[in-house]
Amino acid sequence: MAVMSMIQALNSALDVMLTRDPDVLTFGEDVGYFGGVFRVTEGLQKKHGARRCFDTPISEGGIIATAIGMGAYGLRPVAEIQFADYILPAFDQLVSEAARLRYRSNGEFWAPITVRAPYGGGIFGGQTHSQSPEALFAHVTGLCTVIPSNPYDAKGLLIAAIESNDPVIFLEPKRIYNGPFDGHHERQMKTWTDHAASDVPEGHYTVPLGKAATVREGKEVTVLAYGTMVHVASAAIAEFGIDAELIDLRSIVPLDVDAITQSVNKTGRCVIVHEASRFGGFGGELSALVQERCFFHLKSPILRVAGWDTPYPHAFEWDYFPGPGRVVKALRQAMEN
Amino acid sequence: MCPFDLHIPAPPTRPGDEPDFSHLVIPPPGAVPRPEADVNASSESLRDTAYGLIRVLDNQGHAAGPWAPRIAPEKLRQGLRAMLLTRLFEDRMFRSHRQGKTSFFMKSTGEEAIGAAQSMVLGPRDMCFPTYRVLSWLMARGYPLIDLVNQIFSNEKDPLKGRQLPILYSARDYGFYSLSGNLGSRFGHAVGWAMASAYKNDDSLALAYIGEGSTAEGDFHEALTFASVYHAPVILCVTNNQWAISSYAGIAGAEETTFAAKAAGYGLPGLRVDGNDFLAVWAATEWAMARARANRGATLIEFFTYRVAGHSTSDDPARYRPADEGSQWPLGDPIARLKQHLIAIGEWDEARHVQCEAELVDTVRTTAKEGEAVGTLGHSKPPVSEMFEGVFETPDWRVREQRKELGV
Repeated sequence: MAVMSMIQALNSALDVMLTRDPDVLTFGEDVGYFGGVFRVTEGLQKKHGARRCFDTPISEGGIIATAIGMGAYGLRPVAEIQFADYILPAFDQLVSEAARLRYRSNGEFWAPITVRAPYGGGIFGGQTHSQSPEALFAHVTGLCTVIPSNPYDAKGLLIAAIESNDPVIFLEPKRIYNGPFDGHHERQMKTWTDHAASDVPEGHYTVPLGKAATVREGKEVTVLAYGTMVHVASAAIAEFGIDAELIDLRSIVPLDVDAITQSVNKTGRCVIVHEASRFGGFGGELSALVQERCFFHLKSPILRVAGWDTPYPHAFEWDYFPGPGRVVKALRQAMEN
Repeated sequence: MCPFDLHIPAPPTRPGDEPDFSHLVIPPPGAVPRPEADVNASSESLRDTAYGLIRVLDNQGHAAGPWAPRIAPEKLRQGLRAMLLTRLFEDRMFRSHRQGKTSFFMKSTGEEAIGAAQSMVLGPRDMCFPTYRVLSWLMARGYPLIDLVNQIFSNEKDPLKGRQLPILYSARDYGFYSLSGNLGSRFGHAVGWAMASAYKNDDSLALAYIGEGSTAEGDFHEALTFASVYHAPVILCVTNNQWAISSYAGIAGAEETTFAAKAAGYGLPGLRVDGNDFLAVWAATEWAMARARANRGATLIEFFTYRVAGHSTSDDPARYRPADEGSQWPLGDPIARLKQHLIAIGEWDEARHVQCEAELVDTVRTTAKEGEAVGTLGHSKPPVSEMFEGVFETPDWRVREQRKELGV
């Protein structure tokens, strides 16, 4: 075991897989010699060679098309999109090709690709370095969408994603790359060092896709979250002083619907938290599932805490970001009934 | 100073006009020198290959010039047969569509030489990333006709289990990648495949097709960039059949340049080839293959041809171009030209041709009836449970629950 930040854990996952499987290779913009703008691929080119970790042209559509072709051949490419905000030029490749290749060819070809992309806000990145596009991918049949919330999960989930024979969108909450963030932006930044999930095995292990984690057991209300918002929700629960059950979904496709229904059936209340804007967000799907499956156990309306329905605004970052204050407000409202 | 004027390209003729191809420059066979296959991509000699027109067969069916390939007569007959079979099969299936036996169909009439010759030049381990107009690739490799018919009828024996629009085949064992109705989106997959082959020190080549209309998509430029940057062993082909549904090649950018010439900007050789000349297609493909095998990377080939049929069964070309343009295409019909060549070299005759055609008509008729006996669209389909298979490698709860909900 070693103490790792999320960046180090992701780097370790790539290192382990490059060492273990000669069919794994990784590429993207600034990924090779430089090691990535967030340093996730640092040292990998030096250790594994330029053929296995290399720079690409600034061409997200080209990166993903190339990865799909490599995957169809039999490799397991891991492509980095520098920011999730830049993934849209590759949207056609992901939606029309990667997601459907297995289905439309009746299993003659498939795309065992992993697409890593830093996502989410909290770093003053403005509209083009802060977005949370997970709902766009969750809606596309045939894609998996994974979002880790800590170093241990990040490494285990990334290895599971690389080993998966389905295409995986792997969204990395960049605000928690270097330390957990509970939404209190005015406080001093924390590192991962003191967090239990920074204890990461140095070798190979997986965290299975589609298995949620119960971060905190509780009886009064279920809080569903993923990525950075797990830490925000955790802080809000402590600050409100409520016996809430906090579930970290870890992957939204596949979704651990059983963990969700079991918890809500137990608590009778549900608050859904995500950073992406609310309308049409993944919280809507979660809310519908809870309503369909837990209606007769519900004591109060299902509530969503999310980013506002505006583009991600630069100067108003902390007005936009659904911080612990807004989660506390929702918890209070949920408990009124 | 004069004010600007917005230019909207328009073809020289429209419905009601006499077909007019006088604006096309058609050089005789032999006019374009053949550079060595490992030539530097910036070589002056590649100007002629990109702006001229590589031809081998002259109007009398004789092979001429430096590009004339050496092909055993048996191979030529095999190519002719594949092209004939493609045309007869497509005619039959087009009629099946008109009889309501399927929802959609597309023909490759006039373009049969391209897939047939390339399929024969490339090896069994090479992979082609097709468009929907290269059925002759499969025909030249002996793909079972009945599987095509069953796919077109989406019936119980459809190899793609009723999931795909007719003719969007997938045939991995025949070096034929899964088709999609989105244009151009597999062009870059070929580059990725080729890069993977190089990464594994394999010798499997990739070959991709794109229509001239779709070269305007980003996919085309992304693929050329990646192919160039990583010296991918891939042959990238533009099938310039002059028409993208109703818009002519000028709308795709051909008014001021050729599609082959676009290669130069990427540091790749470009070959502009008479696509109706089986021998020229063969020769250009051999050149590109030799270049790739010498580790010199990709080649862009423009096949200059003509889409004789409508875009699809949903299209009526009489609404946007002169009715009999196809018959007056100055580069002729690829089947007639190869037949003429085989006769000219004493390896074929009219009687054998008539007999061959009769046999193929019979094969197509028998196979179509066999498929009809299984069932046409709406009268037979794979088990509905197939709708839920293959979404993921292992179905998740959504698929399992919905399948149960539907009762399959």
